[in-house]
Amino acid sequence: MKFLVCISNVPDTTTKITFTPDNKEFNKAGVQFVINPWDEYALTRAIELKEAQGSGTVTVLNVGEADTEPNIRKALAIGADDAIRVNAAPKDAYFVAEQIAAIAKEGAYDVILMGKESIDYNGFQVHGMVGELLGIPTVAPAMKLDMSGNTATLEREIEGGKEIVEVNTPFVASCQQPMCEPRIPNMRGIMTARTKPLKVVEPTGEGARTSVAEYALPPKKQGVKLIPAESAGELIKLLRNEAKVI
Amino acid sequence: MSVLVVVECDGGEVKKSSLEVASYGSQVAQMLGTTATAVAVGEATEANLAQLGEQGISKVLYDAEPRLKDFVNGAYTKLIAAAAEKEGAQVIVLANSNIGAAVGSRLSVRLKASLATNVVELPKNEGGSFTVKRGAFSGKAFADVVLTGDRKILAVKKNSIEALHEAGKTATVESFSASLSDADFADAPKQVVMQDQAGGVLLPEADRVVSGGRGMKGPENWHLIEDLAKALGAATACSKPVSDVDWRPHHEHVGQTGITVSPNLYIACGISGAIQHLAGVNSSKVIVVINKDPEAPFFKAADYGIVGDVFEILPKLTQAVKELN
Repeated sequence: MKFLVCISNVPDTTTKITFTPDNKEFNKAGVQFVINPWDEYALTRAIELKEAQGSGTVTVLNVGEADTEPNIRKALAIGADDAIRVNAAPKDAYFVAEQIAAIAKEGAYDVILMGKESIDYNGFQVHGMVGELLGIPTVAPAMKLDMSGNTATLEREIEGGKEIVEVNTPFVASCQQPMCEPRIPNMRGIMTARTKPLKVVEPTGEGARTSVAEYALPPKKQGVKLIPAESAGELIKLLRNEAKVI
Repeated sequence: MSVLVVVECDGGEVKKSSLEVASYGSQVAQMLGTTATAVAVGEATEANLAQLGEQGISKVLYDAEPRLKDFVNGAYTKLIAAAAEKEGAQVIVLANSNIGAAVGSRLSVRLKASLATNVVELPKNEGGSFTVKRGAFSGKAFADVVLTGDRKILAVKKNSIEALHEAGKTATVESFSASLSDADFADAPKQVVMQDQAGGVLLPEADRVVSGGRGMKGPENWHLIEDLAKALGAATACSKPVSDVDWRPHHEHVGQTGITVSPNLYIACGISGAIQHLAGVNSSKVIVVINKDPEAPFFKAADYGIVGDVFEILPKLTQAVKELN
């Protein structure tokens, strides 16, 4: 079975977010980039399923410029077999979805996995767009994924519960916890990752349908109003009379 | 040219987030000089749908097909696409929920529309450019997004828009069929499992949330959280370390890799406020932090704080709420 795992290169979760002086772009200076945490669930689960099946391949796909390659190598070190990088900055969700759909079609992948959303743009859009472009089902967000032959059983999170869904390959799933315990690379993985194939291809498709005019930081908080522990009940009065939230 | 609003219903009732979506849609319609039509999904009653008039909706389309009671991505997408074509909708508004995101992303491809999710404000339509503000970087920033397509789909974040209530106005409810076939239900759920919600308040829809962290010391102390939540009519939540060690179920975990909530009131008990936790809660309107460590980073993001022992403070708060009620 052929797994395609899409990963996104995002600022580390502890990054202080700043923008370029014109507020048109994220300021990358001094920022550590990581594999999008949600995508790690997709990657590890694909590797686990391949191992359980005893055959198959896991290909990792990233839409990004050359500076994303360290994290692609990291995905190979975790256990993916090969990688494809679409050589373009990800302009918007539709642009990225077009790249993924083109590669998924050309490579006839059976299972296309990705994280629920990226922690930088938080679109939660790409999964459905890829499914629609390919005319195959999407299950999002998936908390559990098991395969039996060509049939997958997934748990899909809904507000206040879950649905059990069965789909046949090919399908798209966007993954979140508690799907698996994301793996970290071991020394052997890091050594072998250096020689695993990483193919670079040029982008295709119609292009983006949205653009960012400007970024802004949220307004600063006024500062915390502290209530002495002895008179904790005062807090409730403030919440009713001052904040008016209860 | 019209505005189509997707309204999610559950157990006959229109979800709170969908009342916000309907209000958002009717205000967009007014801005564009047109009317707002809703298409309802899930289990609805005609009386409740007619009441969407209060949110400024003039007409509601509803397909009473029983298989549409639960979410089915294929069928819902086809139904809403058909409603959009029938109404000639240029703008489609839905909730930024798991249903909204699943359907909205597919619809955007099918209808060749521009899509913006996580939308937090009404759009600006000036100088031929249609722009909306959306949350980005896990609540740490906002982005003004230009939607360049002729058609636009907006997924509105919960609790960002005040629902309108114009008493006495009603919408006409029309039955509507998208001629769905069995193939459209191929990805229907085999089973739907709903969780027991403490006090019956659903976390993603909650106006108030009481949340506990490692400072609660163990699951046996959670009754303190639950008591306050019950008194306030709040949902309960927890931090990632708490769900990681199974003190509380995963669906209560709020944070970067858990649920994002934006209630009017978020009370954090014994949570230090790691940046990954803040990402899931920082769009809450009012944040209260209770922690024995005055240096806990969460105090910097809080509106109100109490430095002290949660085990002493929580019962006092519960008592104070009861006295107030």
